[in-house]
Amino acid sequence: MTENLDALWRALPQIWDGVFITLVLTAGGALLAIVVAIALGLLARFENILLRGFARTIIELFRGTSLLVQLFFFFFVLPLPPFNLELPALFTGILALGLNYGAYGAEVVRGSINAVPAGQWEATTALSMSRSQRMRRVIFPQAWALMIPSLNNLLIQLLKGTAVVYLITIVDLTAELNRLRVQTDVFFAYTLGLLVYFAIAYLLTLGMNALESRAKHRLGQGVKWRDAIAGTPPVPDMKGAGQAA
Amino acid sequence: MNDDKSIWSWDHALAVLPDLLWTFLTVTLIVTIIGSAIAAVLGLIIALGRRTSPRPVAGALTLVMNFIRMTPLVVQLLFAYYVFTTVPPIVLGTVIIGIHYATYMAEVYRAGIDAVPPGQWEATTALSMSPARTWTAVIIPQALRATLPALANYVISMFKDTPFLMVITVTELVREAQLYGGTNFRYVEAITLAGLIFLAASLLSSVLARRLEKKLEYTTA
Repeated sequence: MTENLDALWRALPQIWDGVFITLVLTAGGALLAIVVAIALGLLARFENILLRGFARTIIELFRGTSLLVQLFFFFFVLPLPPFNLELPALFTGILALGLNYGAYGAEVVRGSINAVPAGQWEATTALSMSRSQRMRRVIFPQAWALMIPSLNNLLIQLLKGTAVVYLITIVDLTAELNRLRVQTDVFFAYTLGLLVYFAIAYLLTLGMNALESRAKHRLGQGVKWRDAIAGTPPVPDMKGAGQAA
Repeated sequence: MNDDKSIWSWDHALAVLPDLLWTFLTVTLIVTIIGSAIAAVLGLIIALGRRTSPRPVAGALTLVMNFIRMTPLVVQLLFAYYVFTTVPPIVLGTVIIGIHYATYMAEVYRAGIDAVPPGQWEATTALSMSPARTWTAVIIPQALRATLPALANYVISMFKDTPFLMVITVTELVREAQLYGGTNFRYVEAITLAGLIFLAASLLSSVLARRLEKKLEYTTA
């Protein structure tokens, strides 16, 4: 065990670099994914058959083919003769992760917007709001609160998906674990790796929960997000308490 | 050699297609089917275990389940591959992907079991059914019906995760395409075709899953 810890101590700077690359991929992929998800999710709701058809084609294309197919397409196919487009590996990884999980996210965005109650849509018509006003000020904030739990699931999936990028030469946490395995024993290296991934996933979930309570609080539901993070129970509203009895 | 300049060469496409289809049938599809069977059975066992075990056991089971759910399949595969060195990679990969997806399916079963109306539980008490009979004759049949569409979606999702098995040397569809690309310096046909096979299979299975959902909705209404 002490040899393992010694080896870990020596490898710690590299492990930390690997964790950093994994975090960059997760953050970059998530950022691209949310942009793609909102853009395609909104486009997929248009009446116009061309816009809707375009969005549906992209969504089905990236959902239906596997993440690794997309990663390999960007990494192996694009640099060769007909395309001659050589992208940095890290950028390729972010691109594939963002487009793949963005396509899944588009369905979440579309579904959540459709789930906003009909009365809210009618109210915006009654107030003669424009299309963009309606979406920005009424519909999207409510849909946002609805979609966060599903987006959190996708975020964890994306984090787990980053573990394949070592196949396209990116030295992420998994790649560092594959090196550490040689110096320590297999059990030690991968158990440590799984714990690190679990910790990251756990922190992301906490962050998304805070984001959800903030989104709900802004709609006048739930508690203040600072209270939700701190874990302090909300103070019950005592006004009028006991009067009904 | 002039076809190497063109974007798409039918010669390369036709040369690689039989190998891709064969690998799809003999590796990807088999892994998905057996992996799904493992996931479906183990998922049900986990869900029942969490409901019926004493608290500490159920708590430990939940912890393990969440740990497997929230860590990468790729690292789990590598871990198992270097620990169980004597097991053939394809067998190991199928079992690990099955266990990984069992933790997802367990949640689906849990929701299905929770959705069985309380009246059904009360009825089994009124009829003084044993716990075993309550589960097998009343609760599970009703819970399963509600969960089938969600389970089908996880099968499709597992299907798209089978390329991860290449990290433990399994030559599945995408690896086969990559190998062809590497030896011939032509990746575009092989990888595009691999993608198209995935696309066709997942679109087809989505249609089937949706039809299953409609059918179950109709008969339960």
